[in-house]
Amino acid sequence: MNIDRESSESEAPAYHLILEGILILWIIRLLFSKTYKLQERSDLTEKEKEELIEEWQPEPLVPLVSKDHPSLNYDVVTGPPSHKIIVNGKECVNFASFNFLGLLESERVKLKALSSLKKYGVGTCGPRGFYGTFDVHLELEERLAKFMRTEEAIIYSYGFATIASAIPAYSKRGDIIFVDEAACFSIQKGLQASRSFIKYFKHNDMEDLERLLKEQEIEDQKNPRKAKVIRRFIVIEGLYINTADLCPLPELVKLKYKYKVRIFLEESMSFGVLGEHGRGVTEHFGVNIDDIDLISANMENALASIGGFCCGRSFVIDHQRLSGQGYCFSASLPPMLAAAAIEALNIMEEDPGLFRVLRDKCKHVHKALQGTPGLKVVGEPLAPALHLQLENSSGSRTDDLKLLRAIVDYVRYNNRSEAKGRKRCGRKKCTSNRDNHTLKRIVKQNPFKNVGEIHKEWTVAGVSASRTTTHRRMQDMGFSCRIPCVKPLLNNRQHQKRLASKRTGLLLSGPKLCSLMKVNFAFPLEIRVPESGGREERHTIHVA
Amino acid sequence: MFTLVPFVVFRYSFFNVDSLHIHHFPHRPFVESFEETPLLVAVLTYMGYGILTIFGYLRDFLRDWKFEKCHLAREREEQKDFVPLYQDFENFYTRNLYMRIRDNWNRPICSVPGAKMDLLERVTPDYNWTFEHTGNVLKDVINMGSYNYLGFAENTGTCADAASECTVKYGVGVSSTRQEIGNLDKHEELEILVARFLGVESSMAFGMGFATNSMNIPALTGKGCLILSDELNHASLVLGARLSGSTIRVFKHNNMQSLEKLLRDAIVHGQPRTHRPWKKILILVEGIYSMEGSIVRLPEVIALKKKYKAYLYLDEAHSIGALGPRGRGVVDYFGLDPSDVDIMMGTFTKSFGAAGGYIGGKKELIDYLRLHSHSTVYATSMSPPIIQQIITSMKCIMGEDGSTLGQERLCQLSENTTYFRRRLHEMGFIIYGNNDSPVVPLMLYMPAKIGAFGREMLKRNIGTVVVGFPATPIIESRARFCVSAAHTREMLDKALNAISEVGDLLQLKYSRKNRHGNEGSDSFSFLESHQD
Repeated sequence: MNIDRESSESEAPAYHLILEGILILWIIRLLFSKTYKLQERSDLTEKEKEELIEEWQPEPLVPLVSKDHPSLNYDVVTGPPSHKIIVNGKECVNFASFNFLGLLESERVKLKALSSLKKYGVGTCGPRGFYGTFDVHLELEERLAKFMRTEEAIIYSYGFATIASAIPAYSKRGDIIFVDEAACFSIQKGLQASRSFIKYFKHNDMEDLERLLKEQEIEDQKNPRKAKVIRRFIVIEGLYINTADLCPLPELVKLKYKYKVRIFLEESMSFGVLGEHGRGVTEHFGVNIDDIDLISANMENALASIGGFCCGRSFVIDHQRLSGQGYCFSASLPPMLAAAAIEALNIMEEDPGLFRVLRDKCKHVHKALQGTPGLKVVGEPLAPALHLQLENSSGSRTDDLKLLRAIVDYVRYNNRSEAKGRKRCGRKKCTSNRDNHTLKRIVKQNPFKNVGEIHKEWTVAGVSASRTTTHRRMQDMGFSCRIPCVKPLLNNRQHQKRLASKRTGLLLSGPKLCSLMKVNFAFPLEIRVPESGGREERHTIHVA
Repeated sequence: MFTLVPFVVFRYSFFNVDSLHIHHFPHRPFVESFEETPLLVAVLTYMGYGILTIFGYLRDFLRDWKFEKCHLAREREEQKDFVPLYQDFENFYTRNLYMRIRDNWNRPICSVPGAKMDLLERVTPDYNWTFEHTGNVLKDVINMGSYNYLGFAENTGTCADAASECTVKYGVGVSSTRQEIGNLDKHEELEILVARFLGVESSMAFGMGFATNSMNIPALTGKGCLILSDELNHASLVLGARLSGSTIRVFKHNNMQSLEKLLRDAIVHGQPRTHRPWKKILILVEGIYSMEGSIVRLPEVIALKKKYKAYLYLDEAHSIGALGPRGRGVVDYFGLDPSDVDIMMGTFTKSFGAAGGYIGGKKELIDYLRLHSHSTVYATSMSPPIIQQIITSMKCIMGEDGSTLGQERLCQLSENTTYFRRRLHEMGFIIYGNNDSPVVPLMLYMPAKIGAFGREMLKRNIGTVVVGFPATPIIESRARFCVSAAHTREMLDKALNAISEVGDLLQLKYSRKNRHGNEGSDSFSFLESHQD
């Protein structure tokens, strides 16, 4: 056996060795040969490249837009955009500007702007860092901080850029932002620029927010080291521009401390509107302003200037002076606009009664517009921008828009209150100028009285004129007032009929809408109440 | 950053000979210089930053252990257990480097930002952590910092008068957006005028220059599009490109080889991974780069753009009004046809002494933007007096006010620029940028010299801008002068003498080039033949 094996072993080597030798050589070759790619890559020749370049056809820079797109031709306003406004050559009452306090036409503001113009010229010719900081800017920042009762304020030269720059100054890649899904467009741009992780919660739904916060808490427990560096923010609006709803700030502050999240609050619609002194939602709810990490607002609505500001604790705000892109890299606010904003703040501080008047009017119009057939008023009664919504949507956005547009156009052009006073007929006027002044004063004291009450007061003041004369004089002065209904406009049967016809879509023929005359609606149907245009709202009162 | 091409001379005589604007064809040489950083200076600069960083850590250590008082605002007690709002290293630079020389920025001014300005005097009791105003005013400081190229920052004269008249009529605000009720007749007037000024079909104006870029680029490109952006583009262009969601590739500053390579590769290879062809390619360039003083090589960019069917977005923030025989910006400077540039963007802040920005181009483009630009739908429209200032100053440049004042300003600016640049060059400073650019960066390099230069100049009653990291590459700190048509020869001489003095004091005359070459005089003879 042994011999056999030996003999067989000694026999094997001849081919075996050769085979092994070849194998080893093969392995060596494999080891030293160039690694080959799975995907064979053949480089294109120059000619092929040229052909590809020749072949490539880009899309047009912009798609064509049809010439008759409704928003392509903007309405042209001639003259100042005050409470009487000339749109496309037609005089309307302005219910479309965000000029909540009527400061746009304030002479004081204009004078201050003019004197600033005399001193500084128009432009600043530089960003804040490079000789673009004027003493007026510093004053405005100080005044805003004082007005809002915060440590510091910072101004931007464009309202839109304020919150859009502020968010990415703090929140970076990897951080988390909880944001209300109804947040306005500039917030959304800020979120996008921050490149953070965005979590939307349902509009004003605190339970939904808490659910998200809890989810995050569980997530954090899994990876506590990472959780220590992830910044979290809640971004909300005080008064939502998209829905006219108030944010539930006290609950939000509670959640803030429970889950240790910072709150950024955008107050463009509520600054100068809500609260006893116009400080916004914090004052409205009595929330300590230091509990809000950052408040931003624009100066283009209530303050009727241009630009925006952020305010809060110095610890937070100061960071933007180097990191707020819209602050660092943009030319600073023209000093005359800053001066105008300071004067507007002066007016707001001197007369907090403004806010009460505005509030009363908001509530009034909100109430008055209730029950407009086919339309419903949504949102907070205190909101100065009223949102009217279609009761029954047709289901298609374009159709809805068309209908709303039709209502707006109807309201703007089918204006029945054109006949203002009579033409001269030769008869002597029965009241003197002095009497008329008395009437004006009476009306100004309380604009919400009806014609009977005003007539009574006028008679008490020693003027004997009929009720019709009272009404006519008031109209001549540009006021309009309510004549109380003796009998309802519609009886019960007519009312039912009207409701039925409304449901079938014959909305525009309703006489009630006709009485919304001379009201100039902005395109997404919102009515804003200008302070000084107060009396004209009376037109809408007929609706109620 | 050391390899920037030193002193390149190009002649553009072979470009666009058949262009419509042939009579404005510039015969001047295109001289752009970026002298190489001397090696010793570079080493010393890095050492400087090294020392500052070491001291920074030391100071931080002392602050941590409460040996040194910390002046920084602190987090509220109630929120101490929140995730810190800033990471420690984020503010290292601010705390330890910027704070030392903070007094050179944000100097408050209390007059017109014209050729001379008044500054509020500030003192700091705690090494720049806080400032106090003494109440004194530094009068008549020569302003070399504002972008007041044509000198329209004025509080008297036709522009100011027109603006104040407009204020009386319209007030200052608008309180509505363009698409709603904020489209005044003034806006329409401005847009027609701007289109005429630029020589384009249509134009649109916006309330803020920064937002013009950052809000309109997203309307033009989106996913599947490619943006080719110059590496030194302004933050607003970068932000706009990012917001658009397009792929962004960066080419070397004003380097046409780099741009062409990117264009070729992009078309040949298509989108990454999927290899689908790009939907469109947009090139973003600026007219004058505000930190380098260089002028874009527009004829070459247009040639490339045409060859590769890309679109061109030209940001003329600094060049509009400041360049070209008719003040129409860089297109005018090269004598090109405005219709070759797809999107003409610019600002009103600088040459026009107002605020805001515009976009000009074909009617289809502007119509599209009117519907889709974020700024028109959501942002308040421009203030009427600001518009009036632009209208009046623009008409003045165009000569439509019946005077030659505008033309005189343009000539004055060009003359001042050449004089100022030539003198600085002769003194032996390293000056970056194009010979015709009114933005004049003077290299300081070392961090300690940033603060010293700014302060020494202010002592001599001259306001300058100094810039360091992160606005520039770390070793290329610089001072920047903006020449204005409002500067008189005396002011420039005074400023130049002061610069020379401070330059000797701080040893800034780094240049190793021939200081009295014929190049400067060449440009001068040119200028005379040019002012026909």
